[in-house]
Amino acid sequence: MPVEVRLPSMLRIHVQGQSSLEVKGETVGEVLENLAKENPGMTGQIVDGEGVLRKFVNVYVNDDDIRYLNQLDTKLSSGDVITILPAVAGGGW
Amino acid sequence: MLHLPAGIYQQILSHCLSGLPEEACGLLGGQFATAEVFRCYPTRNVAASARVYTVDPLEHLKADRDAQACGMEIIGVFHSHTHTEAYPSETDVNQAPDPLWHYVLVSLRHPSPVLRSYRIIGGNIAEESVVLKGH
Repeated sequence: MPVEVRLPSMLRIHVQGQSSLEVKGETVGEVLENLAKENPGMTGQIVDGEGVLRKFVNVYVNDDDIRYLNQLDTKLSSGDVITILPAVAGGGW
Repeated sequence: MLHLPAGIYQQILSHCLSGLPEEACGLLGGQFATAEVFRCYPTRNVAASARVYTVDPLEHLKADRDAQACGMEIIGVFHSHTHTEAYPSETDVNQAPDPLWHYVLVSLRHPSPVLRSYRIIGGNIAEESVVLKGH
């Protein structure tokens, strides 16, 4: 089942500048795996070599952060939209 | 060069001052191609600290959607330094996520706020000029 994946500007370099694309998968993990298979530059950008979501990346299914769902095993339904955003942080000290 | 409408410049300063004694932060909607800011999205600093900030992730998601719906993108972030100059700290550089973004800093160290903008690419800091529009 293909779902829409929306990418932040920093990752678009790996997908020929596209801001969103359709990727097949039944779970978030499968979609991210297929995204990396179809676009090798994406490998390791969202999920590390151990298969763990990177700390400074937030992944949403519609309005929900997958860290509060079933992480990468979160199941998808037709029409779901996955949004990937960087965690934005810093500070003066 | 970052093009900033005067109204948004004031909105940024106002949000930073209202966040004291903690650091304040927000996102900037606009166009990458022209480096123009059209909308300011003040966000909550979920770190709730005078030393560090973290943009509320859900507010980031909402801002991203709003920007997209209006034909814009999130092109940068602003935050305040409550006790240091308007220059990226090591923390800022290490956590700068996007080489395309504009990093706006507001120092509240002095009686009058000081706003500056930077690009941070591969750990290198380059200040850019800020052009105020409608000022």
